[in-house]
Amino acid sequence: MSATWQTIAALSITLIATKAIGPVALGGRDLPAALMRFIGLLAPSILAALIVVGTLTAADGDLEIDARLAGVGVAAGILVTRRSALLPAVAAAAMIAAAVRAVA
Amino acid sequence: MRAGMKAGIPIAVASVLLGTSFGVLAQPVMGTVAPIVMSAIVFAGSAQFGALAVLTAGGGAGAAIAAGVLLNMRYLPMGIAIAPSTSGGPVRRALAAQPLIDAGWAMSSRGGGRYDLQYMWGIGAVCWPTWVAGTALGVFTGDLIDDPDKLGLDALFPAFFLALLAGEVRSSRAAIAAALGALIALALSPVTPPGVPVIAACAAALVALSDRSSADREPIIEPEPHGAAP
Repeated sequence: MSATWQTIAALSITLIATKAIGPVALGGRDLPAALMRFIGLLAPSILAALIVVGTLTAADGDLEIDARLAGVGVAAGILVTRRSALLPAVAAAAMIAAAVRAVA
Repeated sequence: MRAGMKAGIPIAVASVLLGTSFGVLAQPVMGTVAPIVMSAIVFAGSAQFGALAVLTAGGGAGAAIAAGVLLNMRYLPMGIAIAPSTSGGPVRRALAAQPLIDAGWAMSSRGGGRYDLQYMWGIGAVCWPTWVAGTALGVFTGDLIDDPDKLGLDALFPAFFLALLAGEVRSSRAAIAAALGALIALALSPVTPPGVPVIAACAAALVALSDRSSADREPIIEPEPHGAAP
C-alpha cells in the first residue's frame, strides 16, 4: 500500500474514533455545572485559535504574514459593522486576498 | 435538520471552493482517485491539507499521518463538548458525532454547553457532498487552475470562522476565552507541530472556572441565525 493510501486509511479510522470517544465515554451522564461552563467556552476558544492558524501560519505551521491577513482584516471590519454579515465578510476576504496577491 | 441544511449552504459554497483547491493541489501528488476517496472518507479539510503538505514535501506515510492526526485531535474536545447532547446507546452516540466539522460544530452551539445535533447533521448533509464534488472538480480541472491561492481561497475559512466567532461571543467571558485562545495559538504556532496550537487553545475555556458566582454564568441565548441575511 502506497504512502497515500496508508495515510487515507489511518486518518479515516483515527478520525472516526476521535469524534466518537467523547459521546461514547461521557454521553448520557449529567456533567458537573463547571464542566458544562467549560464546554460552553470551548467554541470561542477553538474558533479564535483556528482564525489565528488559518490567517497567520504557513503549511508547516510557522507564522507567515501574507495576503490572507488583509482579507481577514477586511472581513473583521465588515463583521464589526454588522455581526450577521457572514456571506459578505467571507466573500470580501477571498476577493481582497486575491487582489492583494494580484498586485504583490 | 432542515434548518441546519439551510444554514449550511454558505459553508457548502466554501466547501466546493476549498474542495476544488484541495483537488488541484492533491492530484499531482496523490493521483486522480485517492484525493476524492480521501475527501469522502476523511472529510476533514485541515487534516487533508496538512497530510498533503507532508506528502508533497516528500515526507513518508508516518509523518503525513502524524500531521493529520494532530490536526484532527481537536475533534476530541469537540466530541466531549457535544457528548451531553447525544442520546441512545454507544453506537448511536458514536454515529451522532460523525458529521462533526469545525463550522457545523460551532454553529450548532446553543450556549450553556448545549448543542443541537440535528442541526449539525443538517450542515454535514450539505457540506459532505459539496466537499467531495469540489475535490473531484479540482482533480479533473487542475490543469486550468495553476494556483488556487491566487483566488484568495485560503482566506475563506479564517474569515468564515471569524463570522462564527462574532455570533459566538455573547458574554465578556466568551470574549476573554476567544482572546486567550488566539494568544495561545499565536504563541505556540512557531514552536509546536501544526495542530497542537488549536488543541492547546482549549485551555482558554478554563476561564469558565475562574469565578463561581452564579450571577456571572454563561447566559443561555439563542445565537443569531448565520447566513440568513442576504
